[in-house]
Amino acid sequence: MTSTQTLTPAQVARRRRTASMKATWRLLRANRSGMVGLVLLVAFILVALLAPVLADSQGLEVTRATGGVLEPPSLHYPLGTDDNGRSILTLLIWGSRISLFVGLSATVISMVIGTFMGLMSGFFEGRSAALLFRVTEWFLVIPFLPLAIVLASVLGRSLLNIAIVIGVTSWPGTALLIRSQTLSVKERPYLERARVLGAGRWHQMTRHVLPNVMPMVFANTTLTVAIAILSETTLSFLGLGDPTRVSWGSMLEDAFSVGAMTTGAWWFIVPPGVCVVLVVLAFTLVGQALEEVLNPRLRRSS
Amino acid sequence: MSGPTLLEARDVSVAFTTRGGSVARALDGVDLAVAQGEVVAIVGESGSGKTTLARALMGLQRPSAGQVLFEGAPLEYSTRGMRGFRGQVQMVLQDAAGSLNPRQTVYESVAEGIRLHRLVAADADRRSEVQLVAAALAEAGLRPPERLFLRYPHELSGGQKQRVLIAGALALRPRLLVADEPVSSLDASIRGEILALLLKLRRDLGVGVVVVTHDLGLAWNIADRIAVMYLGRVVECGSTEEVLESPRHPYTQALLSVVPEIERLAPVVLTGEIPDPTRIPAGCRFHPRCPALADGSAAAAGVGDRCLGEPLPVLSAAGEHRTACHLDAVLSRT
Amino acid sequence: MSPVMTQPTTEPLLDIRDLSVSYRTSEGMLPAVRGVDLRVSPGEVVGVAGESGCGKSTLASTVLRLQPQDAEVTGRVEVSGTDVLTARWGDLRVLRWAEASIVFQGALHSLNPVHRVGEQIAEPIRLHEPELAEAVVAGRVGALLEQVGLPRERERAYPHQLSGGQRQRVMIAMALACRPRLVVADEPTTALDVMVQAQILELLSGLVRELGVGLVIISHDLSVLAGICDRVAVMYAGRVVETGTSEQVFTAPVHPYARALSGAFTRIGDPASRYAPAGLAGDPPDLRDLPAGCSFAPRCPRVVDACRSAEPALLELAEGRRAACIRVGEP
Repeated sequence: MTSTQTLTPAQVARRRRTASMKATWRLLRANRSGMVGLVLLVAFILVALLAPVLADSQGLEVTRATGGVLEPPSLHYPLGTDDNGRSILTLLIWGSRISLFVGLSATVISMVIGTFMGLMSGFFEGRSAALLFRVTEWFLVIPFLPLAIVLASVLGRSLLNIAIVIGVTSWPGTALLIRSQTLSVKERPYLERARVLGAGRWHQMTRHVLPNVMPMVFANTTLTVAIAILSETTLSFLGLGDPTRVSWGSMLEDAFSVGAMTTGAWWFIVPPGVCVVLVVLAFTLVGQALEEVLNPRLRRSS
Repeated sequence: MSGPTLLEARDVSVAFTTRGGSVARALDGVDLAVAQGEVVAIVGESGSGKTTLARALMGLQRPSAGQVLFEGAPLEYSTRGMRGFRGQVQMVLQDAAGSLNPRQTVYESVAEGIRLHRLVAADADRRSEVQLVAAALAEAGLRPPERLFLRYPHELSGGQKQRVLIAGALALRPRLLVADEPVSSLDASIRGEILALLLKLRRDLGVGVVVVTHDLGLAWNIADRIAVMYLGRVVECGSTEEVLESPRHPYTQALLSVVPEIERLAPVVLTGEIPDPTRIPAGCRFHPRCPALADGSAAAAGVGDRCLGEPLPVLSAAGEHRTACHLDAVLSRT
Repeated sequence: MSPVMTQPTTEPLLDIRDLSVSYRTSEGMLPAVRGVDLRVSPGEVVGVAGESGCGKSTLASTVLRLQPQDAEVTGRVEVSGTDVLTARWGDLRVLRWAEASIVFQGALHSLNPVHRVGEQIAEPIRLHEPELAEAVVAGRVGALLEQVGLPRERERAYPHQLSGGQRQRVMIAMALACRPRLVVADEPTTALDVMVQAQILELLSGLVRELGVGLVIISHDLSVLAGICDRVAVMYAGRVVETGTSEQVFTAPVHPYARALSGAFTRIGDPASRYAPAGLAGDPPDLRDLPAGCSFAPRCPRVVDACRSAEPALLELAEGRRAACIRVGEP
């Protein structure tokens, strides 16, 4: 007898899952651009997590700034100082936390709402599903910036509110993707088999539709994060972010308001901009690689 | 025959409204009764309504008219109402490859039904889920069953996939299996194995089968009774021997005649194809293609006009050899 | 069944000699066809029977050199005397469709859904005979449609407006467009209803009689071939395991696989097959992992030890009758 006698079905399932994850990892490793993106991503995440180690938080306080105003890069201040004498490098490192945090939480909000709406409107038929679809379409056409500005002014200027604003305005894209996937999966014979076996709608949705929809969604998530980070940068740049917290967007706002462009203080503008670009690029590359790897159409098995 | 009626369709009709607005009558009044432990073959070509009938019998398709009865009681179409029914009547779908969730292992696919119906708790012998799954796979001819627990559908051959589907249905201990074209996508040499399995299930477990097929040979192999369908109606039914050795409806006769190596019948290749279910011919629905009408034998018997204008009644579900044909009605009286 | 028209002075239309085709896969070379011979004369209908993985479709693709570019091919495939495998591109273009054509499997997917069927039938005519006037081409298309049993007006239909049987007829009309001398039909009746199947087979045999073309029919259904073919070759795991007239192979097969294939077809009215479906145990052969010796040994009901040591050669039992089994002739 094989060793499955001593394993429970849950253990068996877990073993298959780890085996398939390893296979996915191997495929991912082969994708050159995806690996570049992944390395970049890991680097940024590490910087954000290790911020307290890399840069003294005291450097963020305006009152304790020790540098001169808008000093160019030097040995003491590798990226120069801002208009308050704070080290730009410190700001950059701590700012990464905000940008990444807001981006990720906004994505979570967007994914949760989008998945729910997409599944419901795709799986069910009839008036309620049509209504959900109309709501999705309606949110899709609302212009992002005006809505964000209105919401931000109504809700107040805090990080959480920014995350909410971004989440609430970016979920329709996800919802539409999930809805179309759901519509196609719903027609597959194994869904009918589940019905024949006696599965109710909840079981069909969670055990059959969702697992087959999630891979595409997962790849889409990384792209959504990229957009969320860009959105946060934009909103902070427009002055809608939390004034007490430093993010890359707020750095750009400061730079703009003190006229760093005209005075030629490039060390204030370029680093945050480059960081945003690199992070977005990293997420995009990883997202594209994941999509290639997880897209069942591209995988021909035996 | 074998016992009391288990599953019955009474004057069932299923109509679809097409996008153009016309009404397609996929089923146009069908009576069919299946007894416990019986193997019934529903034979027809595409467009005959046989798959729609199978789905109506399974409760997957609500009839627009008529009723489907299980043990004498009409089906309740709510999820809860269906639960009990589904534990007694199971289905094996046409597309074996697509019917298994590609992300589920064989174990999970077979265990799904067991979990849905909480059979572990209800098991008289106190078997675990693993044991129930293994038993179902073994009954379906996959031995040793443990070897396949971890496999995914794409790692299985066509015959194995079909057996896994049968195991998944068997795990619920049904009294009747509805199999829609169970072997048409399998290699010819493997078909016999799956058909032998169905017969074995009837012999050992008393499970009856309603098999939907276009293959008359398959019906000869395993069916007790046959119902031949054309354009939404049963046109001939009776025991397999009666229908296949002495067919009375011109359509059945034509179908039999084109089976290769049938020496006793000259091939009658019908012209054209089954008409659109939105435009069912008046009178006898087969009359535009009927060889008996075309060669004059219907006119000679005096029923030519009736074939063109008088519709035929729905064939009753009784076991004797019956045909829905004006000509046959005249000929069998003489 | 039409009698074989023997024309001893004419070269065969199709002469396949010792053909082997292997596909390049990530796991190594996959042998799809392993040393196959096949000959077709004008007016003859030859059937190739076999199930999934036996190599019959690969065999069909080599007739017009349609196998994948990176496949390894050895042997000769001569169509009207020209070796297709080594022909120059120009010669191959002329040969394709004008000498030999293929009726592909799955008519629904082989027809372009956005073009009318008349256009699609006209396409090869225009490619091969560009000097023809439009009216002449249209006339040819109409004549072809009538030849396959469709009314001329159907040339304006789109594929999705036609039934399965009608689409298959269009595919046949396309294959005949440039008046080839050899037609290869790959699973022409699969997925069609029994009655439509009979119609298509009737059409094909009528065309062979009328036009004198050579026809190769490939099917997994031996009973389909029995009615229409003069000769049949049965394939298993890339090799031919039995040949003979269709009568011989269908009613008195000698190779155990051919016997199983023939036995799988139920004779209605025969009490022996009532409640007794005949099948073959085991799974189709895995071409990546063929056993040493006879590839059918794992499933053979008549296997002996000697079977596992070497792949049996195709033995000539009588004129045109061959089988690849060491136990042929034993009681």
